[in-house]
Amino acid sequence: MSHDHSLNPETMPQHPEKATLEGKNKFLGLWFFLGGETVLFASLFGTYLALKNSTAGGPTTQELYGLELVFVMTMLLLTSSLTSVYAMYHMKNNDFKKMQLWLGITGLLGIGFLACEIYEFYHYIHEYGFTFRSSAFGSAFYTLVGFHGGHVLFGLCWLSAIMIRNAKRGLNLYNAPKFNTFSLYWHFIDVVWVFIFTVVYLMGKVA
Amino acid sequence: MSSATAQRNSFAAVLWDYLTTVDHKKIGKLYLYGGGFFFLLGGLEAVIIRIQLIKPENDFISAGLYNEMITMHGTTMIFFAAMPILLGLMNAVMPLQIGARDVAFPFVNALGFWLFLFGGIMLNVSWLTGAAPDAGWTAYAPLSTTSPGHGVDYYVLGLQISGAGTLMGGINFLVTIVNMRAPGMTYMRMPLFSWTTFVISVLILFAFPALTVGLFLLMFDRMFDSAFFDVALGGNSIIWQHLFWIFGHPEVYILILPAFGIFSEIFATFSKKRLFGYTAMVFATILIAFLGFMVWAHHMFTVGMGPVANSIFAVATMAIAVPTGIKIFNWLLTLWGGNITINSAMLWSLAFIPSFTIGGMTGIMVATSVADYQYHDTYFVIAHFHYVIVGGVVFGILAACHYWWPLMFNRILNEKLGKWAFWLFFIGFHLTFFIQHFLGLMGMPRRYWVFLEDQGLDLGNFISTIGAFFMTAGVIVFLYNAFYSWFKQGPAPQDPWDGRTLEWAVESPTPYYNFKQLPLVRGLDALWLEKMEGNGKLAPAEPVGDIHMPNGSILPFLISLGFFIAGFGFIYQTTSDLAYILLYGGMGMALVCMLIRSLKDDHGYHITKEELEKEAR
Amino acid sequence: MANNTKTNEFHKEQNKEEMKKQLITFAAMIIFTVIAFLIVGTGIMSKMMAIPLLLIMALIQVAFQFYYFMHMKDKGHELASIMIYGGVWAAILTVAALTLVIWW
Repeated sequence: MSHDHSLNPETMPQHPEKATLEGKNKFLGLWFFLGGETVLFASLFGTYLALKNSTAGGPTTQELYGLELVFVMTMLLLTSSLTSVYAMYHMKNNDFKKMQLWLGITGLLGIGFLACEIYEFYHYIHEYGFTFRSSAFGSAFYTLVGFHGGHVLFGLCWLSAIMIRNAKRGLNLYNAPKFNTFSLYWHFIDVVWVFIFTVVYLMGKVA
Repeated sequence: MSSATAQRNSFAAVLWDYLTTVDHKKIGKLYLYGGGFFFLLGGLEAVIIRIQLIKPENDFISAGLYNEMITMHGTTMIFFAAMPILLGLMNAVMPLQIGARDVAFPFVNALGFWLFLFGGIMLNVSWLTGAAPDAGWTAYAPLSTTSPGHGVDYYVLGLQISGAGTLMGGINFLVTIVNMRAPGMTYMRMPLFSWTTFVISVLILFAFPALTVGLFLLMFDRMFDSAFFDVALGGNSIIWQHLFWIFGHPEVYILILPAFGIFSEIFATFSKKRLFGYTAMVFATILIAFLGFMVWAHHMFTVGMGPVANSIFAVATMAIAVPTGIKIFNWLLTLWGGNITINSAMLWSLAFIPSFTIGGMTGIMVATSVADYQYHDTYFVIAHFHYVIVGGVVFGILAACHYWWPLMFNRILNEKLGKWAFWLFFIGFHLTFFIQHFLGLMGMPRRYWVFLEDQGLDLGNFISTIGAFFMTAGVIVFLYNAFYSWFKQGPAPQDPWDGRTLEWAVESPTPYYNFKQLPLVRGLDALWLEKMEGNGKLAPAEPVGDIHMPNGSILPFLISLGFFIAGFGFIYQTTSDLAYILLYGGMGMALVCMLIRSLKDDHGYHITKEELEKEAR
Repeated sequence: MANNTKTNEFHKEQNKEEMKKQLITFAAMIIFTVIAFLIVGTGIMSKMMAIPLLLIMALIQVAFQFYYFMHMKDKGHELASIMIYGGVWAAILTVAALTLVIWW
């Protein structure tokens, strides 16, 4: 077995991300980590649900939320989930350039999402005086959505680190697991967002 | 490369070796040293508490200091003594038991250890900066949100840092067990200790995030003026209780299940019998873990959740007695008709059964939600959880020390001293805590600084304190034993107990690559099987070949140090802007080190076949 | 070598099939999302109807993410699913506790 794990189309395994023990470990480790993250976000959701009516005289969920921006954010993040699927598709076909391209698009969509979120927070603070400190609802809202935003930010840093690091050397069995774990993480962020837009914004608007 | 490092013997070289190690055996030892140190600290705090309560209206320590003592005793013992020592044992033994050369993520393993250590140091630095946490180890809001000074801030940051480390450790063990078992080591051939490691890692994975969130909420309330627990702004302090116990109850099983695993190994080995009901033991473990997740609210019966919720949680709690009972009977039946050797390890294990069963019985009593209104927050509860945690976990740890000491430190602990330590500690333990059941029933509340004269509490408290002195003596004898065996005893032979499981099949001292050739496992109790049906040696599953090893790294230490520094920044930014230097500096240091880890390729190195053959000669 | 190229072609074909399914999944997710926003935006449904429906659609979307985008339906994901379902179970308990037995 060669030690440098370099790849060419002829010797390329079907699943380069799981071809080495290290790759298998990373793959499983990330899935288990996501199992833990599920509980982390559940605790934050639970806290939000417990405190969503504790407005302390401030704006209620119905007065506060607007659907247009949230819809745009949802589309951005859902699409970025698809683009990262495309990136993994090209990884399995050993097409490094296209993989980088789709990862790049994923990153840009993520940045777009984050920009919208920052605008949204800014808007709430300046138009409504609705802050982290103004009520228990404010604390819970910013903590839940902020934790998700923090995950997006971390994902973007992670993505740029592995993209830049591997830009010149192409795909190999050492870095394929890294790209794959990133994409799993990114999908999970999207999963969390599905619940945020449903439970926080949509249910907040009807309730 | 690594063998060259090992040959340099100067102090600095050894220190550097341990700071950068990613070897699970060394990390296991580090966990034991760290956990052992905090165990002594927590023990000292316990003795101080007991001295304060030796007589009515004592003024040995002030009321404020007493609050700090009980808080620090509980927090230290649970998070920084019991947990890390168990994680250390798992690190040292589990990979050998499943026939792996290392854990799945050696780097993360090291990181987990250093995060634990710095978290523990963080918590204890609070003694030096003037105010230790004083809101109880449960830190209930609003007591914890309104506690003045920085004490509780240290609690929050210390636990947050070490909690992250524990979570990493859990994921690491899970992946190791799933992916790295030796050929033939199926799940149902794994020794019970490895099984319990697997199950508690699942518990860690699902329980610790709740604590993480709870601590964040508490941190935001204390340091950034959020309003989660602030009733004036619509907050709700019960959220903390739920989050804390959603973590806290599984935590109890995270502590006790590995101890169950340890006893299962010891009973089988020293009875010269296969563990009775192995399959039932495995499923009982899983069932305990599953049920253990659904009972947290039994800590909150008096909160006022209402009769329906209380009844559900009471019934679920009592259900745990069933799988636990299965275990107790299986251990008894393992002993039944066995060729029993009674040594120190076995003494601790035999003492565990009645002691833990008493704790289990009082557990059923406090689980009865109606009766719990009477027991709640009295010494009855104190007695109950010390019977399960000391009688279960601490006995387990000490039994495991005697049993695996030859494997970890290449020495056999002295039997005579071991028995002295056992009897002193065992008698002391029952003296201290048995009487507390009655103190509690007579109405003595927990966490009180003083009690009044002539209320029937004087004698009981006096006996309890005397018991604590006996326990102290026991611990000192054990400690002396550790040093004595290191300096006076010769190296231990391989497999001194005529063991049954894989960890006894490796040469002594354990080579840093564990197995030259991965063993082929043919059944449960793999080594015993070969002793009975083969030539006493495990057949290799592969030819001698290159072994891939991970590189050591200082980065785990530096990352943890970064978070440690940032922790002080978080604590003091409320009072001084200078603290932002620490905050950003520490975070920056940690993140930069993480980035280096991500960007720098680390392929590890290979021990070549030639080197292995040369070493064999 | 020739054999290798053949298996490669086969894998490529497989990956393409997979990609098609994922595109359909994506389209379904977008449709669900649009319906969800329409229900709330137009207010055509009562609260009692809307909330369960929104939750069900969210669950289906999440299942799509896990099973198709994250390949949980594929072989070799048994333990991953166990841990995710374990996490979901713990999550349900946590959310239930914090919504049901907090205020009274």
